[in-house]
Amino acid sequence: METFLEEVNKKIHGVPLQACYHCRKCTAGCPAASHMEYNPNKVIKMIQNGQKDKVLNSSTIWLCMSCETCITRCPNQVDIARMMDVLRQMAIETGVGAHEKNILKFHEAFLSSIKFGGRVHEMMMTVHYKLKSGDLFSDMDIAPSMFLKGKLSLLPPRTKDMKSIKNIFEKTKKI
Amino acid sequence: MKVSYYPGCSLHGMAKEYDQSMKAVSRALSIELKEVDDWSCCGASAAHNTNFDLSIALPARNLIAAEKNAMDVMVPCAACFNRFKMAEHHLKADKDLKARIESVVGAKYQGGIAIRNPIDVIYNEIGIDALAGKVVKPLAGLKPVSYYGCLLLRPPEVCEFENYENPFMMDKMMKAIGADVKNWSYKTDCCGGSLSVSKTAIVVDMCDKLMSAAKEAGANCIVTACPMCMANLDMRPSPSMRMPVFYFTELISLALGLDGSKETFKSHLVDPQPLLSQLRLI
Repeated sequence: METFLEEVNKKIHGVPLQACYHCRKCTAGCPAASHMEYNPNKVIKMIQNGQKDKVLNSSTIWLCMSCETCITRCPNQVDIARMMDVLRQMAIETGVGAHEKNILKFHEAFLSSIKFGGRVHEMMMTVHYKLKSGDLFSDMDIAPSMFLKGKLSLLPPRTKDMKSIKNIFEKTKKI
Repeated sequence: MKVSYYPGCSLHGMAKEYDQSMKAVSRALSIELKEVDDWSCCGASAAHNTNFDLSIALPARNLIAAEKNAMDVMVPCAACFNRFKMAEHHLKADKDLKARIESVVGAKYQGGIAIRNPIDVIYNEIGIDALAGKVVKPLAGLKPVSYYGCLLLRPPEVCEFENYENPFMMDKMMKAIGADVKNWSYKTDCCGGSLSVSKTAIVVDMCDKLMSAAKEAGANCIVTACPMCMANLDMRPSPSMRMPVFYFTELISLALGLDGSKETFKSHLVDPQPLLSQLRLI
C-alpha cells in the first residue's frame, strides 16, 4: 500500500519531500508561521512519519496563503506551497474537511460565483459566504462606505459562453 | 504597441480605479488594448486551494481566447497574472496535463503568446525616459514605498519578474514621475491575500506590520500593482496605522495630467485627497 509520503509526492509531481534537510528556511520566511499549529518544515516531517490524520486535520494547511516565499528560498527546491495545495485537496477529497471551516467556505463561495456567471460578483459572493459561514456581522462597518464609494456593483457580470464554464466545472469535478 | 487586455473580475469590481487608470495610462503611452473576447474568471486562490485541474483549466480558457488575438496578453491584476503564468508553466511542462486540460476546455493551447504584467510592459517596452518625458506635473512631496507583494514575483521561475527579492521597476517609475520614493525591506512581503474575509485578524496583523514599516521608512503613502494588496492595505490596517494606498497607474495618470486622473481617488477607503491637496497635486 502507498504510504502517505508516496501519495503526497506523487501529487506534488516534482522534487520529493525527502530532499528536505530541515534547514527551516521555509519556516523562517513564512509570514503565517506564527499563527500555525505546525511550522511548514514540521509538516514535512509529519508526512515522512505517516501522520496523515494529524496533517489533514491541522489548521496549518489552511492558513498557508500561498505567498510562495518557501519555495522561492528552499535550497532544495521542495515545493512546499504546492504541498499545501495538495494537502488541502486531500483533506477535501478524503472527507476530512477543513479544520478552518470558514476559509474553505470562502473559497466555495468564490467558486460558486464563477459557476453562476463566469466572473466573480463580489457582493453576491460575500452574501453567499456570510450565509454559509454564519459570519453575518463582520465588516458591517465597512460595507456602507464601500457601497457609497461605488466599490460594490449591483449587477452581476456575466461571461456569454456559460456552457464552456459549466463544462470546466463538470469535467474537473473530483467529488 | 498593441496587446491583448485581460482585466479580470477585480478590475470590473473593487479595483475599478486600476482599470480606469490603466486604460488612461495605456492610451497616453500608445499601448493599444484589445480586451480578450468573452473572458472569464482565472479561479484565483479559491481554485488552486481546492482543485488543481480546475486551477489550470480556468486560466487556460482565457489564454486560449487571448491566443486568437495573436498578441501578448497584458494582465494588470497580480493574482490573475500569477494564475496565468502558473497555468502556462504547467501546460508547457506536462504533456498529459495539457491533453487533459484541452479536453476540459474544448480547444487547443498553443503557448505562443507571452503573459505580461503592466509594470514590465511600461518599464521594458515604453521605457523610463519616455515615461519621464511625458510628465507634466511631477509628484513633488509624495513619498511612496513600492509594494510588490507576492503574486507578481513568486515562484520566480514561473513569474520571471526581474530581481524578485529586491524588485526595482516600480521604484524607478515612481522616481521618473517625480515622487520621492523611499526604500524599505518589505517590498515583497505578504499582505494576507485571500484570508482577508475568512481570517481577518491575521490579515490585520500583517497589514499593520507593513504600515508601520512604511512609516518607519519615511513614506506618506504606499503604491501597489495588485488589487488584493490594495484591498487589504486600504481596508484592513488598524485605524491608527492607515495611510493612503495607490495603484501605480493612478499616480502615473496624475503626473501625466490625464483626464479623469482625480476621479479614481474618490473611491479609496482611506481618502488620499487631503494628502494630495496638501501637496498641491490636485
